[in-house]
Amino acid sequence: MDMNAEGLRAFTLKEVKRFWSVLGQTVTAPVMTALLYLLVFGQVMEGRVEVYPGVSYMQFLIPGLIMMSVIQNSFANASSSLTQSKIMGNLVFVLMAPLAAWELFAGYLAASLLRAGLVSLALYCATWPFVHLPIHSFLQLVGMFLLAGGSLAVVGIIAGIVASKFDHLASFQNFLILPASFLSGVFYSIHSLPDFWSNLSRFNPFFYMIDGFRHAFLGVGDAPVWLCFASTGGLFVVLSATCLRMLATGYKLRP
Amino acid sequence: MESSPAVAITGVQKQYGDTTALRGIDLTIRRREFFGLLGPNGAGKSTLINIIAGLVRASAGEVAVLGHDTVRDFRRARQSLGVVPQELVFDPFFNIIDMLRLQAGYYGAGKAAWPWIDQLIERLELGPKRFAAMRTLSGGQKRRVLIAQALVHKPPVVILDEPTAGVDVDLRRTLWEFTRELHAQGHTIVLTTHYLEEAEDLCERVAIIDKGAVKIVEGTRQLLDRHPFRFLRVKLSGAALPDALRRLVVSEKDGEVELKLERANHPIGEVLDTLRAHGARVDDVHTREPKLEDIFMEMTRSVSSRA
Repeated sequence: MDMNAEGLRAFTLKEVKRFWSVLGQTVTAPVMTALLYLLVFGQVMEGRVEVYPGVSYMQFLIPGLIMMSVIQNSFANASSSLTQSKIMGNLVFVLMAPLAAWELFAGYLAASLLRAGLVSLALYCATWPFVHLPIHSFLQLVGMFLLAGGSLAVVGIIAGIVASKFDHLASFQNFLILPASFLSGVFYSIHSLPDFWSNLSRFNPFFYMIDGFRHAFLGVGDAPVWLCFASTGGLFVVLSATCLRMLATGYKLRP
Repeated sequence: MESSPAVAITGVQKQYGDTTALRGIDLTIRRREFFGLLGPNGAGKSTLINIIAGLVRASAGEVAVLGHDTVRDFRRARQSLGVVPQELVFDPFFNIIDMLRLQAGYYGAGKAAWPWIDQLIERLELGPKRFAAMRTLSGGQKRRVLIAQALVHKPPVVILDEPTAGVDVDLRRTLWEFTRELHAQGHTIVLTTHYLEEAEDLCERVAIIDKGAVKIVEGTRQLLDRHPFRFLRVKLSGAALPDALRRLVVSEKDGEVELKLERANHPIGEVLDTLRAHGARVDDVHTREPKLEDIFMEMTRSVSSRA
């Protein structure tokens, strides 16, 4: 496969510089939001619930909040960058450049993962002095971060391609990403739900992302680890194939 | 590939739903040529440029830049091409220097392009603004950045889509000087403009496009020379214009009438004799050769009347 390595590097750098130039909005704000959730839910629920034996509620909550931030920020980064470039018209600079579909894909993906990684790391560090969070499997943690963050970055690219105004993007974010990430077992174990809701949660792909990520820290979870990886990995492959096809055919971008 | 034309357009069609934007365009732009792409608004010029640039997909037909197909061999085609878009688009997150360095990176040029970028900044009189955020620039400065962006990778073929639209006289002159320089250095220049006197001054050949079809492609000089008309402006007193000449009038203003005369059938002396014979006194007389604008108007009008 031929490759424009310098072009890919420059495009990725441009995407990173874009979110870096508004770091307060792209990294600090989501960290603050997650810390507020932690403060409120942690205070209210601490001592009342023991989801897994020997695991405090805060230890249960933090991995879920980190993954929820990964989900939301990966999506937000790729989708807002692409939509903004489309609306401002400056996407032409990238579309006229000798960059292949997969290079655009890789650039958006890498920048989104970096932003999600920064938010995750900041959250982990901010909670470190207060809660001891063990890491059961570092490999599993990185693997789930990449697959889940990657999947949502790809959803973000697809949403950016499809959206023709910010309103479309806000609908995507408010009516799909936000409810699905809230109702995925971030704040509770799905075993504590009535059967109907517990079974419904098993159709939510975010549930497997959060459960698999939490398992990487705690060594326990609601679903088998292989299922979490199979679900998230499968999703990543299907979404990536769809997205690459859209970019390669110029769907909505090269009318 | 050395013998391939700068841009070869073969049977290009573009359909948007029920609307046909381009109806089978065949056009060859030679290497090192200064070429004008002219046509009224909505003629399909921008669609054609966007197809060459890879921003729009043709419904049928092919385009090659320096022999590289813009779809199958898009990397080399795009590497050979620099396009200055018509709209003043910019990325608000960056300043000029960062934007240009990133843009050079897209084309595979890293730090090696930096000295050239500095030259471009100086030549386009953007030096004092090199660290200014794009959103703080004036319209003229943004236009100059767009030109620099199109040239960061030293493309052999440069397309300028209405580069002087909304630009003041000074900047327009600077832009044309710069474009002439580029042409003299061996770049192929393709220009669309609404200012036809610019095309007349600058372009060696022009194509007139109307309603998605190429109406004519010819050397600018030959086109003007071959044109079988010239114009006679006369100021009359004593009697009105005789009916025999009335059908030749193209404009009438402040007591002066302008007549469009066929070189072969209406010698000027004969026209003046006719005027005098009808009792009109010719107070003033002025002739002019046709301009590109006259030809343009005639061609686009004749297409419209046939359509």
